[in-house]
Amino acid sequence: MSSLVVENLSIEFGGVHAVDEVSFAVEPGETFAIIGPNGAGKSTIFNLISRIYEPTNGSMHYGERDLLDVPAHKVIDLGIARTFQNIDLFEQATVLQNLLVGRHRRMSRNLFRDFLFIAGARAREREHRRKVEDIIDLMEIAHYRDQKIADLPYGARKNVELARALCSEPSLLLLDEPASGLNQEETDDVSFWLDDIKHDLGVTIVMVEHDMGLVGRVADRVMAINDGKLLAIGTPDEVRNDPAVQQAYLGTAA
Amino acid sequence: MQTVFKTSYDQDINLLTKTGEYIRVSIVILMMLAAPLFVDVYYLGELGLLLVYVIAGIGLMILTGFTGQVSFGHAAFLGIGAYSHSILMTAGLPFPVSVVLTVALTGIIGMLLGRSASKMHGFYLAVATLAFLIIIETIIGEWTDMTGGYAGYAVPELEMFGFYFAEVWHQYYLYLGFALFVIWGAANLLRSPTGRSFLAVRDSELSARSLGINVEWIKIQSFGISAAITGLAGVLLAHYLAYLSPETFGVLESLKLLLMIVVGGLGSIAGAIFGAIFVSLLPVAISILRDFLPGVVGEQAGLEPMLFGLIIVIFVIFEPEGINGRWKKLLHFFETFPYYRKSSFVRQKSYLKTERMR
Repeated sequence: MSSLVVENLSIEFGGVHAVDEVSFAVEPGETFAIIGPNGAGKSTIFNLISRIYEPTNGSMHYGERDLLDVPAHKVIDLGIARTFQNIDLFEQATVLQNLLVGRHRRMSRNLFRDFLFIAGARAREREHRRKVEDIIDLMEIAHYRDQKIADLPYGARKNVELARALCSEPSLLLLDEPASGLNQEETDDVSFWLDDIKHDLGVTIVMVEHDMGLVGRVADRVMAINDGKLLAIGTPDEVRNDPAVQQAYLGTAA
Repeated sequence: MQTVFKTSYDQDINLLTKTGEYIRVSIVILMMLAAPLFVDVYYLGELGLLLVYVIAGIGLMILTGFTGQVSFGHAAFLGIGAYSHSILMTAGLPFPVSVVLTVALTGIIGMLLGRSASKMHGFYLAVATLAFLIIIETIIGEWTDMTGGYAGYAVPELEMFGFYFAEVWHQYYLYLGFALFVIWGAANLLRSPTGRSFLAVRDSELSARSLGINVEWIKIQSFGISAAITGLAGVLLAHYLAYLSPETFGVLESLKLLLMIVVGGLGSIAGAIFGAIFVSLLPVAISILRDFLPGVVGEQAGLEPMLFGLIIVIFVIFEPEGINGRWKKLLHFFETFPYYRKSSFVRQKSYLKTERMR
């Protein structure tokens, strides 16, 4: 198991310091939440870790590996999978196809072999299908299996996206607002799944979340940021009672 | 309505699932096999051309329908395929060797185009592929030593191991064999990891990348296989035409290929086949139509391109899923009779999706 270590991470867009000298470390097996007001730079941190943005300064390591040496499409090979704030599924494909793309990291590809469907193609498909079915069972999305994403309701899409990330058998999961747009009942489901993922699959979770109820229930540690700057790191209660955090959310008493 | 009761993962891996699909596909294949027995020689030749367009359509469908990369330049691959095969055959190479070399050559040229196109999107990609087409067309026209230029190039007779494909039905079976092989291969692609990465790149490059797909490389591969298949169609087209000239492979031909897959239905193999049928029937329909129209309209030279454009517009507005979409609705209507509702196929609006990070 490796830990994610981020040091002095910064990125500028024009003159805006979206993320400014942020350092934190996520230990293996823990659930780490990032909170902060809108525009604080939470999703930007995710996009930096998944190498969509190039940082202007700082370093990121996952275990022994320097993330800055890894191109965006290789990040998942280190075991880092992610979901997106606005759900980024393959809309015109079925749930099953989406999940099988999630297996991509584990599948070998060869254009000619695939065109002729030879050399054990069927056996490989079966084997990966079995792995996908395990995740389908865990996430309880069996009844959606053959539907197109475009036909699914919002809540189901959220679950499929989480399932797709899990299909790659990650060791670190980046969840961008797993509970946004979900009702109370669905949010409760998410908190149970996060527990399952953490305890049964042994996956480290880093999540951006606004729902403090959910954060309080599942997170071991919380990091609060505002305007790209780190405010506090600690247990959910410590962070909630931190004066700097309260000021950022509620404003300064005049 | 037939509900498929699934008891094995193989049912999702197999190419055909429902009994109805097996019956329909077998009937079509049997009819195509038996066609020379009851179809007139002239129409058999037209059927051969239809098969050429099926192959070319599947080539373009892989790139545009599955990988989401538009190409206005596919007639260029048709041209490269036709010319290089004819040149190689004239040089004395046997047919199979020439076909393999030609397909490999067009595939490599496709990958080179894909290499430069892999960073482009939408409008810019369309213009780049169009430029590619114009360059290739010009090269074919000007390289007189090789291609005979605008005077044209006579295609050698179709001959394999001393056997001459002299009769129309000889050629027809050869075309049918190639077409079935390409259809089968494209269907295989779709059920394997490579095809799924094509779909992933089409629907979201951002999440494809985050799932470990090398988006640029997938685009290059898609351009390669698409060009190779279109090159094969070019080989067969050369033998159909028997005499090549550069303007055959111009913008209008590219437009025809695009029209085919849009009208047929983007994103499905059946769509490419439906589109090829449509495009092959359209000139026949237009020539019949000309007789009925008043002289002023009927004798206009631009009638055909205008109708092509008009039909694309009508399909994009009223049936974006093309003939294949109509066909599926028709099937659904009969399967669920009398419970079909118009809303059965209404899609939900998609949710906010960021275009900022490709």
